[in-house]
Amino acid sequence: MSHTELGRVDIKDLSITLGRGKQAFEAVQNVSVSIAPGEFICLLGPSGCGKSTLLGALAGHLPASSGSIRVDAKSISGPDSERGIVFQQHTLFPWKSVIDNVAFGLKMQGIPRNVRHEQARDLLKLVGLAGFEEHYPAQLSGGMQQRVEIARVLINSPKVILMDEPFGALDAQTRIMMQQLLLRVWERFNTTIVFVTHDIDEALFLADRILVMSARPGRIIENLAVDFQRPRDAELLTSEAFMHLKRHCLQLLHLR
Amino acid sequence: MKYPRFKRPLLRAASVGFYLIAWHLLSTQHVDLGIVTFQNVPTPGEVFAEGWNLLQSKKTLAHLTASLSRVFGGFVLAGLVGIVLGLCIGSYHLAADLLLPPLELLRPIPAVAWIPLAILMFPSTELSMTYITFTGALFPILLNTIHGVVGVDARLLASARSLGARQLAVFHEVILPGAAQNIFTGLSIGMGTAWFCLVTAEMIAGQFGIGYYTWSAYTIQNYAGIVVGMLLIGGLGLLSSQLVKRLGQALTPWHRPPAKAL
Ligand SMILES: Nc1ncnc2c1ncn2[C@@H]1O[C@H](COP(=O)(O)OP(=O)(O)OP(=O)(O)O)[C@@H](O)[C@H]1O
Ligand SMILES: [Mg+2]
Repeated sequence: MSHTELGRVDIKDLSITLGRGKQAFEAVQNVSVSIAPGEFICLLGPSGCGKSTLLGALAGHLPASSGSIRVDAKSISGPDSERGIVFQQHTLFPWKSVIDNVAFGLKMQGIPRNVRHEQARDLLKLVGLAGFEEHYPAQLSGGMQQRVEIARVLINSPKVILMDEPFGALDAQTRIMMQQLLLRVWERFNTTIVFVTHDIDEALFLADRILVMSARPGRIIENLAVDFQRPRDAELLTSEAFMHLKRHCLQLLHLR
Repeated sequence: MKYPRFKRPLLRAASVGFYLIAWHLLSTQHVDLGIVTFQNVPTPGEVFAEGWNLLQSKKTLAHLTASLSRVFGGFVLAGLVGIVLGLCIGSYHLAADLLLPPLELLRPIPAVAWIPLAILMFPSTELSMTYITFTGALFPILLNTIHGVVGVDARLLASARSLGARQLAVFHEVILPGAAQNIFTGLSIGMGTAWFCLVTAEMIAGQFGIGYYTWSAYTIQNYAGIVVGMLLIGGLGLLSSQLVKRLGQALTPWHRPPAKAL
């Protein structure tokens, strides 16, 4: 990961106010953090602490009330295909076939149909869904839908991928499979990933660095480097070093 | 209670048959129940004969084309206006504030109540009847479109923008297909009201058309003709609503995906 690569994120003194008038409150307070290009960041924190809010601001869907977000030194102004987002519940277009969903980003760039379908087909192969091109999203299982979702974001070659508990609705076995798939994809594309979860195991398994947020108003209370060797496999989950970090996280979240 | 499946069509046919026989008996016996009388009601046989007559008459085609062209004229216009207005009103607060209040004021006025004014406003009765049909079809189409647009999942819009879609693309890639099912519901209800309004308008102002035929059958005491007209109106209304529904299903195939993949 050289520092000339793209995908550097600088968040400075960021606060985000939600609600209007009397109901207004700060959901995210004074967050400053720098993310290196290609870094895998996990955001960990109790429910309602503002993780989704912070991610929404990174995507450009929510305005900052103060502070700034820069991607590669450029202030963000609204949503952009350089920052892809994946939610917990898929947001595939129900009226488009799987391949047209994946190719959507290229269509928006005006790329001809056969070219974009070729790229989409390659990405579907990469996420293990060759043969499902003509299906509708409703015909796929939850795990398959999220894989299509990931392929759809990848086709834009985004600098940053934002993921909001993308595997939160999947069963344990599928979740582990998806985590490994995501790591494979990430190692290949080398994009920056900001991944929200409240599953400590998931954060430790995936991340280069974990940012732990406090309960509302969300502030970052810990910046935890996770330097387990890569590629990682399931064995890691039972190692002593892993347990040690897990205990630390549990303490931070007041879960013990 | 359970009974063998193949018997169901039989039972349904029997149910229709029962009413036909009841109608036959009531009308042939000229039953008079005081509050309702069947003395002038034509028998099924008379109706059938009159229907056969009409089929062979040269005027039939003129009646049919008159009604159909009015309905489709008014309906297509209502569809265009209703969908375009609905998309704008559903998507922009400004459009909603500027366009919706006057429409809301007009909405409670039944299309039929427009008939006298419409006759005054339009130089030809043809246009005034098309206008009545248009008014009748417009509101169900408009309101269902708005409902559909407002109901489009906000996360889909967010995703589309994050995938690089600009406003215009969001419109036809997300909002239009997202609201499609509601739009077709509106179109199919609108088709029903269009027929309803047309028939009423024809009874008052028409010189041709099925509504006119039905009413003139009454005035010349061709009582079997009344029922033939009624059945025609019902049949055509059903047929055109089905047509809209089929069209909707053909254009929104994702709502009935074939069996689950795995
Ligand atoms: N549109 C909104 N208007 C007002 N308050 C909101 C809105 N969206 C979220 N909130 C509140 O803001 C806070 C932060 O919400 P957010 O969704 O960012 O939390 P989260 O950390 O993602 O939680 P979870 O882990 O449950 O997803 C919560 O207390 C929530 O109730
Ligand atoms: Mg959340």
